[in-house]
Amino acid sequence: MADSPQAGQSSDRRGFFRGLVRGLALLAGGATLGLLATRAQAARTVWQIDPYKCTMCGRCAVECVLSPSAVKCVHSHGMCGYCELCTGFFEPDAPNLHEGAENQLCPTGAIERTLIEQPYFEYRIKEDECIGCAKCVAGCAAFGNGSMYLQIRHDRCVDCNDCAIARACPTQAIRRVPADQPYLLKQVDEP
Amino acid sequence: MRLGAGRLILWAVGPALWLGLAVPAWGTQRFPPPQFETDHTLPVTHTPPPDAPWRDVLDVAVLAAALGLAAWLVLARRSRRGVLALAVFSLVYFGFWRGGCVCPIGAIQNVTAALAGGGHALPLVVAAFFLLPLLATILFGRIFCAGVCPLGAIQDVVVIRPLRVPMWLEQSLGMLAYLYLGAAVLFAATGSAWVICEYDPFVGLFRMSGTMFMLGLGAVFLLGGMFLARPYCRWLCPYGVLMSWIAPGAVWQPRIDPVGCIQCQLCRDGCPINAIDAPDAPAAAARTTPPAGARLHQGAGALPGAGAGGFPGAGVGVGRRDRRRMAGLLLIAPLLVAAGVLLGERLAPTLARMNERVQLTDRLLAEDMGWVEGHTDATAAFRSRGESRTELAAEAERIESAFAWGSPLLGAFIGLVLAAKLIQHARRRRRDEFAIHQPRCVACARCFALCPHHPGNEAMLIELTREKTRL
Ligand code: SF4
Ligand code: SF4
Ligand code: SF4
Ligand code: SF4
Ligand code: SF4
Repeated sequence: MADSPQAGQSSDRRGFFRGLVRGLALLAGGATLGLLATRAQAARTVWQIDPYKCTMCGRCAVECVLSPSAVKCVHSHGMCGYCELCTGFFEPDAPNLHEGAENQLCPTGAIERTLIEQPYFEYRIKEDECIGCAKCVAGCAAFGNGSMYLQIRHDRCVDCNDCAIARACPTQAIRRVPADQPYLLKQVDEP
Repeated sequence: MRLGAGRLILWAVGPALWLGLAVPAWGTQRFPPPQFETDHTLPVTHTPPPDAPWRDVLDVAVLAAALGLAAWLVLARRSRRGVLALAVFSLVYFGFWRGGCVCPIGAIQNVTAALAGGGHALPLVVAAFFLLPLLATILFGRIFCAGVCPLGAIQDVVVIRPLRVPMWLEQSLGMLAYLYLGAAVLFAATGSAWVICEYDPFVGLFRMSGTMFMLGLGAVFLLGGMFLARPYCRWLCPYGVLMSWIAPGAVWQPRIDPVGCIQCQLCRDGCPINAIDAPDAPAAAARTTPPAGARLHQGAGALPGAGAGGFPGAGVGVGRRDRRRMAGLLLIAPLLVAAGVLLGERLAPTLARMNERVQLTDRLLAEDMGWVEGHTDATAAFRSRGESRTELAAEAERIESAFAWGSPLLGAFIGLVLAAKLIQHARRRRRDEFAIHQPRCVACARCFALCPHHPGNEAMLIELTREKTRL
């Protein structure tokens, strides 16, 4: 180490060192690629809520990086009983059974109730107003058909690499799903 | 059809049930969907699709183009202005427009999870984001950091008055990045957490939305970053660590290009991140054949701070002392690794407890044994769903054993890095000129035009040369 190399020698040595580092990097990169090729599928994924795992804890409304949340209530109308007394719509101790805000479970009045024909009412979610709080979902699941449930809406979701709600969800109800089937919708014939 | 009596009863007892509702229910088909007499059609559930695949292709194309442009601007044009303009573009495109996800830094975790198995999908776009900047680093040095990384860009544009951090502090803080990288890999491999994403200080700013914690962290980094340039890049970024390993091997590297450095130190003072190495102290310099302009060279010896490893006295004995120091360090290295392993072993159970499944197992046990009151959302849901306890226990055990060997490995890694840093520090490098430290340099191009040898600086070169000769 104490000798003083000529300029040429030192640049030779530097060149060798550079080549060595480059070679090692390429080797490591190649090995990683090889391993990845055998281990990983290349499918595109997005995040989605499994409605059968969600416990309607309310974290979806507050944990999303967006505010209001990218999670909204969706309604599978085919499963709905069109109940006059919808437990997803009315407060359990609602003073009156009409559309007044004081009777409604939804904190933002995001559910629209329309009479189709006696005694059937249709409940539509106005997505711009829904904040994904899951209150209606809990009501519908507890005493109704469970036709209201939460889904991550992909027109809003920014597709975080690590979904902030998935991190906070107590039941790991949020998982990556293939991007070509981006929703986990409830079906009439499912449990 | 009339309103069923059952429905009314249910409604009446509802409130009572409601209060006692401890377990979640997912709903069953309690009421048959109606047969409408009118021809009412059911609304379809609207399912807006995620970003079309071409967006991914576009993102990768923009990334590749930006890397190419960055290489050209840094290495061929040597233009700070160009690099800055590209950085602003990348900040807007990858940061504000695309929301900061996915980025190569976070992609470390996707790649780790995919390598760890467990069927984790690695979308091609993520793989490309992880690999392209590394490939670019093999060719051109850390040009990704210069003008493409949105995190780097947002920090770079706020630098107003960078303070000099002493080298020992710079290098000690730099160890944090290794720790961060190691922790990110360990937690991603065990499926416990994605810490890089969870603590990304800037993604909240890119989206102008996020938790108070995220936004606050971002504000702290930006405010601090006015005076301590690029704090995340220098002391935390795990991807920067990977690039710092590769950059010294780059085929073309950013250089200051001093054909006969006159030791003016302008480049070193101009680098906001301490990425320019000073030449050796005059004692060492005196031993080498003086290059052209030797007088300047010796005159500069008294410059403050030149050669952090300056040696008192000259020539004789230096080599032997060096060798003795090196031998000592080589002996210490295995000890550091061993200490890391021991510490890792000690910490393994604590780290494992950060995993949700392990937490759930522990909590269920604690509830069963009556050590804690009540239940959490997670345990309540677990019990109500009647999932298998043995399966959960097996899963938790798998995770714990993964930590049991992963955590000591992380310790060994940190020990090794520490040893390598010490050895590197002790190695005498014979350098007569100020030179860019490739692993640390983010190729921002600030220093290029500062050199008196830079085209256009002839007047400055003459002036400085005169001044120095007079000394
Ligand atoms: S955080 Fe999980 S359990 Fe809570 S509402 Fe959202 S999906 Fe449901
Ligand atoms: S991925 Fe991000 S934006 Fe989408 S739901 Fe999760 S936290 Fe919200
Ligand atoms: S109750 Fe909550 S989840 Fe249901 S519609 Fe209203 S805001 Fe949306
Ligand atoms: S070191 Fe800075 S610029 Fe480079 S990848 Fe990390 S955050 Fe981005
Ligand atoms: S190009 Fe590298 S050495 Fe020069 S100022 Fe930028 S970071 Fe520092």
